[in-house]
Amino acid sequence: MRTSIILENITKLYQMGDSEVRALDGVSLTISDGEFTAIMGPSGSGKTTLMNIIGCLDRPTSGSYRLDGQEVAALTDDQLAVTRNRKIGFVFQNFNLLARMTAHHNVALPLIYTGIDKKTRHDKASRALAMVGLANRMFHRPNELSGGQRQRVAIARALVNEPTIILADEPTGNLDSRSGEEIMNIFHALNRQGRTIILVTHEPDIAACARRIITVRDGKIVSDERKER
Amino acid sequence: MFWESIIIALEGLKANKLRSVLTMLGIIIGVGAVIAMVSIGMGVRQKVQTSIAGLGSNLLIITPGATSPTGVRLAAGSNNSLTVQDAQAIAREIPGVSLVAPFVSRQYQVIYGNKNWTTSIQGTTPEFLTVRNFTVDSGTFFSGQDNDTRARVAVLGRTVADNLFGDISPIGQTIRINKAPFRVIGVLGAKGQSAGGADQDDMVLIPLTTAQERVLGITFLHSISVQAVSADVINQVQDEIVELLRSRHRLGAKPDDFTVRNLAAILATAEETTRTITLLLGNIAAISLVVGGIGIMNIMLVSVTERTREIGIRKALGATYYNILLQFLIEAVVIGVTGGLIGIGLGVGSSYAISGIAGWNTVVSFSSILLAFGFSVMVGLFFGLYPARKAALLDPIEALRYE
Repeated sequence: MRTSIILENITKLYQMGDSEVRALDGVSLTISDGEFTAIMGPSGSGKTTLMNIIGCLDRPTSGSYRLDGQEVAALTDDQLAVTRNRKIGFVFQNFNLLARMTAHHNVALPLIYTGIDKKTRHDKASRALAMVGLANRMFHRPNELSGGQRQRVAIARALVNEPTIILADEPTGNLDSRSGEEIMNIFHALNRQGRTIILVTHEPDIAACARRIITVRDGKIVSDERKER
Repeated sequence: MFWESIIIALEGLKANKLRSVLTMLGIIIGVGAVIAMVSIGMGVRQKVQTSIAGLGSNLLIITPGATSPTGVRLAAGSNNSLTVQDAQAIAREIPGVSLVAPFVSRQYQVIYGNKNWTTSIQGTTPEFLTVRNFTVDSGTFFSGQDNDTRARVAVLGRTVADNLFGDISPIGQTIRINKAPFRVIGVLGAKGQSAGGADQDDMVLIPLTTAQERVLGITFLHSISVQAVSADVINQVQDEIVELLRSRHRLGAKPDDFTVRNLAAILATAEETTRTITLLLGNIAAISLVVGGIGIMNIMLVSVTERTREIGIRKALGATYYNILLQFLIEAVVIGVTGGLIGIGLGVGSSYAISGIAGWNTVVSFSSILLAFGFSVMVGLFFGLYPARKAALLDPIEALRYE
C-alpha cells in the first residue's frame, strides 16, 4: 500500500509571551493511503497542531513532513495553499461555512481557487451535495439548515475537489448523537471509496469507529493501535 | 480567476449594502465636488476671456498721462499730450498696425422730446467699430466724410436708445447734446456689461472732429485705440508706439507723458488669475476625495477584521495570497469606481443646476471628468492596498481561530 503521509521527528514550538510552548515534540508517524485514523488526546495535547501540520496549514519548526513525496517545509505559503486545495479536504467542528452564501456556493468555493470553469464547478458541487444526501437543499443558506446538514455541506465542500486526504477536526463536536452518527457513516462511506480519513477527536466513541487510533499527550504519541476488521 | 475575484468582491459588497453605499458616498461627494468646482472655475475663466476679447482683439489703448510711480501726477486722461496728429502718425509710420481709432469723451445730458439721459458722449472715427468690436444694429455708422465736415450726426448705444426712444425708431430723429441738435443715424448692437461691470451700451458716438470742435472745445485726445494685425506683433507694436510718441513729444530724458495698455497682457493676467481660481477650487474638492479615500481604507480595515474567519476559511480551502489580495483590492476599487461614476453624474448635474439656478456660467470639461474619475480609481487602489495586503498576509490558523 502506498504511504503518502510521512512525518519524521516533527517538532513545533510556539512563542507564548516569554515562554516557549512545545506543542509537538519529536513526532514520527506514517499514514498509508486509504487508512481511517483517529487522533485522540485531551485538549492541549497537540493533536490540533498535528492536524494543522498534516493539513499543510502550518509548517513544523523542525523535522520532515513529506506529502506524496514532497517536502512540505520547503513549500512557500502559496504552494501550501495550492497543496491544500488539491490534496486535502477540511471538515471543522464549527462547520466554517460562509453564512451569506448558499450551500451550493459554499461547496463550489474550493473549485474557484482551483481555477475550474463555472459549469464544471456547478456540476461537481451538485454531485458532492447529492453524495452527502443534500440534493434537495442545495440552494439554502447555512442558517436555514440544521447542524447535521451544515456539517454535511462542509463534508461535501471537503470532497468536491476529490482530495485523497480528508481531515476532520472534532466533526461531531457540535452535533447531537444522531447527527453525529450520520456524519460518521458518511466518513465510513468515503473511506470505503479509498480516501484517507484523519479524524481528530477527544470522544472515545467516535474514535472507536476508526481502524487506527493514535493517542497524543504533551506533544508526543503515546499509543498507536490498529484494529482488525 | 480575475473575473471570479470581481464576482467575489461584488458579493462581499452586496452583503453589506448600507456600509458599501456610505463608503461610496465619500467618493461620490469628492468626485462630484471636483467636477462641479472645476466647472465653475472654468466658467469664470471663459466669461472673463470672452468679455476681455469683446473689448476688441489685439488692442492697445494709449492714454495721456504717465504711470510713473512717484511725484505729482495728473489723473490719467486729464493731460493734453495726445493729438490727432499722434494718431495719424501711428497709423502711418508703424508697421503691424491695422487700425487706429482716436477718441474723446465727456458726460453730457442728451435730450429727446421731454426725456433726458445723461451719458458719455464719445467722439471717434469710423475705425472705432472694428477696433472695439461693435456692430451697427440699425441705420448706419458715420463716415470719414462726416468726420471731415464736422457733421452733427450721432450713433446711439442700445441703452441710450432704449431710454430716450423706447419703442419708437430713433433713426432720423433729432436729439440735443449740450443744447446742440444732432441727427440720429444709427443704433449699435447691444454688447452688455464689460468685465468691470460697466454698461458698454450706455454711450452716444459722434464724429471726432464734431466732438472736439463743436461740443467739447478741445484739440487734444483722451485716448487712442490701436489694433495690431496679430497677437504676435502686439508687443513689438507697443514698443514702437512708445518710441514714436517719445520722439514726437520731444521728451528726451523726461518720463513718458502717455501710457500704453496692452489688452493681450491684461487678458493673460486675467486668465492666469482664473486658472488659479480653478486650481484652488479643484484642490479643495480633491481634498474631499482624499477624505473619501480614507473612508474606504477605514471601512476596508473594519471589513478585513470582521471577515478574518472568512479569510481563514478561504485560505484553508486553497486561496493564495493573490486571491485574497485581489478580492479585497477589487472591493475597494469597485467602491472607488462606482462612487466615481455616480459622482460624475452628480457633478455634471450639479454644475448644470448651478448655472440654471444661480445663473453662473459653468463649463463641464471632459478632462476634469476623466481626471476626477481616474483619481477616484487611484484612491480606491491606494487606500485599498493596505487593508487588502493585511488580509492576504493573515495566517490561516490564526484566522480560523478568530472569534
